[in-house]
Amino acid sequence: MGEESEDHVKRRSLRERMVKSRAPFSELRRRWHARKIDEEVWDELEETLLLADVGLTTTAGLLEAVRSRVGKESLADGINEVLAQAICAQLEENSTSRSLVFDEGTTNVWMLVGVNGVGKTTTTAKLAAREQLAGRSVLLAAADTFRAAAAEQLGIWADRLGIEVIRGQDRGDPGAVAFDAVQAAVARNIDLVVVDTAGRLHNKKNLMEELAKVSRVVQRTSAPLSEVLLVLDATTGQNGLAQAREFVARAGVTGVVLTKVDGAAKGGIVLAIESELNVPVKLLGVGETVEDLVVFDPYDFATALVE
Amino acid sequence: MFDVISDRFDGIFRRLRSRGKLSADDVEEVAREIRRALLEADVNVRVVKDFVNRIKERATGSEVAQSLSPAQQVIKIVHEELAVTLGGTTGHLSSSAKPPEVIVLVGLQGAGKTTAAAKLAYYLEQQENKRVLLVAADLQRPAAVEQLQVLGQNISVPVFTQPTTPEEVAVAGRQEAERLGRNVVIIDTAGRLQIDDDLMEELNQLCKKVVPDDVLLVLDSMTGQAAVDVAQSFRAQVGLTGLVMTKLDGDTRGGAALSVKEVTGLPILFAGVGETTKDFEAFHPDRMASRILGMGDALTLIEKAEAAFDAEATARTQERMAEGLFTLEDFLDQMQQVRKMGPLSSVMGMLPGVPKELRQAEVDESQLGNIEAIIYSMTPAERKDPSIINGSRRRRIALGSGTSTQAVNGLLKQFTMMRQMMRQMNGAKSKRKGGKGRRGAGVDIPGFDLSGLDIPRPPGA
Repeated sequence: MGEESEDHVKRRSLRERMVKSRAPFSELRRRWHARKIDEEVWDELEETLLLADVGLTTTAGLLEAVRSRVGKESLADGINEVLAQAICAQLEENSTSRSLVFDEGTTNVWMLVGVNGVGKTTTTAKLAAREQLAGRSVLLAAADTFRAAAAEQLGIWADRLGIEVIRGQDRGDPGAVAFDAVQAAVARNIDLVVVDTAGRLHNKKNLMEELAKVSRVVQRTSAPLSEVLLVLDATTGQNGLAQAREFVARAGVTGVVLTKVDGAAKGGIVLAIESELNVPVKLLGVGETVEDLVVFDPYDFATALVE
Repeated sequence: MFDVISDRFDGIFRRLRSRGKLSADDVEEVAREIRRALLEADVNVRVVKDFVNRIKERATGSEVAQSLSPAQQVIKIVHEELAVTLGGTTGHLSSSAKPPEVIVLVGLQGAGKTTAAAKLAYYLEQQENKRVLLVAADLQRPAAVEQLQVLGQNISVPVFTQPTTPEEVAVAGRQEAERLGRNVVIIDTAGRLQIDDDLMEELNQLCKKVVPDDVLLVLDSMTGQAAVDVAQSFRAQVGLTGLVMTKLDGDTRGGAALSVKEVTGLPILFAGVGETTKDFEAFHPDRMASRILGMGDALTLIEKAEAAFDAEATARTQERMAEGLFTLEDFLDQMQQVRKMGPLSSVMGMLPGVPKELRQAEVDESQLGNIEAIIYSMTPAERKDPSIINGSRRRRIALGSGTSTQAVNGLLKQFTMMRQMMRQMNGAKSKRKGGKGRRGAGVDIPGFDLSGLDIPRPPGA
């Protein structure tokens, strides 16, 4: 319950953050007051969705859904709400559960994957803080042995949170780091290991293979790899779908964390990701502090997208 | 979806191949496809609107040149228009009257500023003989300073920092460069959102104090529609002189580049193209144009192919292929010809119609070296007739080429398969030749069947 209300606070702040980008659409709404839904209205709705990186195919589908819900003589006033409902319906239809999987009574492993610069390390720290707050013991694995000072970055976060981090050698084997961390956590009865991996572009075969290997290594331990989270930058355009496809295929992604959601970027590409790949968005990163990680709420997301 | 844009153009135009002029309706239809292509490439919606209108204006009623199909005609117009918008020539950094030259890198979080700072430093030291000082003014992100220090150490470029404020670090960094006699200062700043007024103001103050010659926006090439907003805001609030596109080694179409260029007019100066510090190059607008359109750089390929291929040798090989006499020697010959055109991966990228998987496949050049070594270790008789290669010959070849018998086996197997395929292909081709004459197929690259592509015949071929 405590967590619930906290998320509500966060949601409000998410809306506040989105005020800036909301302005043009409020203006739009005033203009649409008491007006019939004509082609221009449809064009503007399309533009709204495209500007949010929803993509052409998904946009066409959503507009079709809206068309079937509004009558010929309807006025444009409430059309944004209808669109939000259509988005929400699509999100809810796609996804069974958005909660993070955790098997009680054993050490769980969550791994974060994604392309370079999306915020994996920061999200690792945020996740750790969140789980710590929920009363779980956490260990971090700095399996990004490639980027200069990535382990130091995670180390600084770990110090702030009072969590231990297992590191390897620079340019060392990330699988070995993950394995050592999981072994250590199992030995000490730690609830959760969060594995931070190096950013990699999804079209690099050897690097994707390396990632597949890390997950195989973890699966060889007694601890279940209960979440593989794809971290996706909300400013990403249509390439996000290609990213998700590859990471799902190569690393067995179980959920998406959409980061840097703050109004300027809306991350509309997750609609296509959910409907094509059936991978739910589970969390949103909405700011720079460790508390800025919130549960993904389809209604809020849909509203922010069209407002 | 996007790789088939040229196919779609073909579909639209097939039925009006005989007509000499593009009608308004034809153009309208093709404009829709261009719009789709550009939107899928993340070009900003508003930019697409203007761009497509310009294309329509230029294409309507334009004469279709003799050597081109109508589809090619429109593609050519689009390509030209894209290249013009992206900037005709490669841009340059502003040159400073009095050293040190100060460059500030700015951008959103995770765009790749720190990596780009090190890459740019290396580039300027190697390509322009500059002596660079890197300044770590990102005091926000944990370990950002350490990251730059490690990168600097790897390329032997000094890194300056101090635990004060970004502004003070920048100013002191500039003084340090003067003291050390470094003639370029690259200042790495913290990532920030363009809508974060406080941080944008901080950046503005920093720039006022250090008076940079260049302020470069580092932009992730995978950025979607927000790219325009980001570039405009940074330009309005801190002033920009150019852009660096990062992560272009991904498979994104990179429409963001077109959007920001069109809206801000700022030159795109550099591109980050790989994991290592040396993977950084001057930005080439024309290459980007082809990439956004998703067609491969057919024209460049034709030029390269013309320059590299010995026409006579090619004709000879083809004859041999058709007759099923293709030997390992011919194979080697071909491989070397293709390699003359450049690294195989880049050649693949330029071939339109090459399946996406293949184009993005990381071609292991060292393997090609192995293949060469294996073939060179064979006797002429073996090269002519690989079927005589028995166990002991295999061992000898493996030993001689420094590979393994498995590698030799692998090559022989591949070669046999390839020869089979060639026979089949040639069989199919000669059948087709009997039918109606096909457009294109002016260029023949052994090993690649280009007959299905519309490549204009190079002059003199």
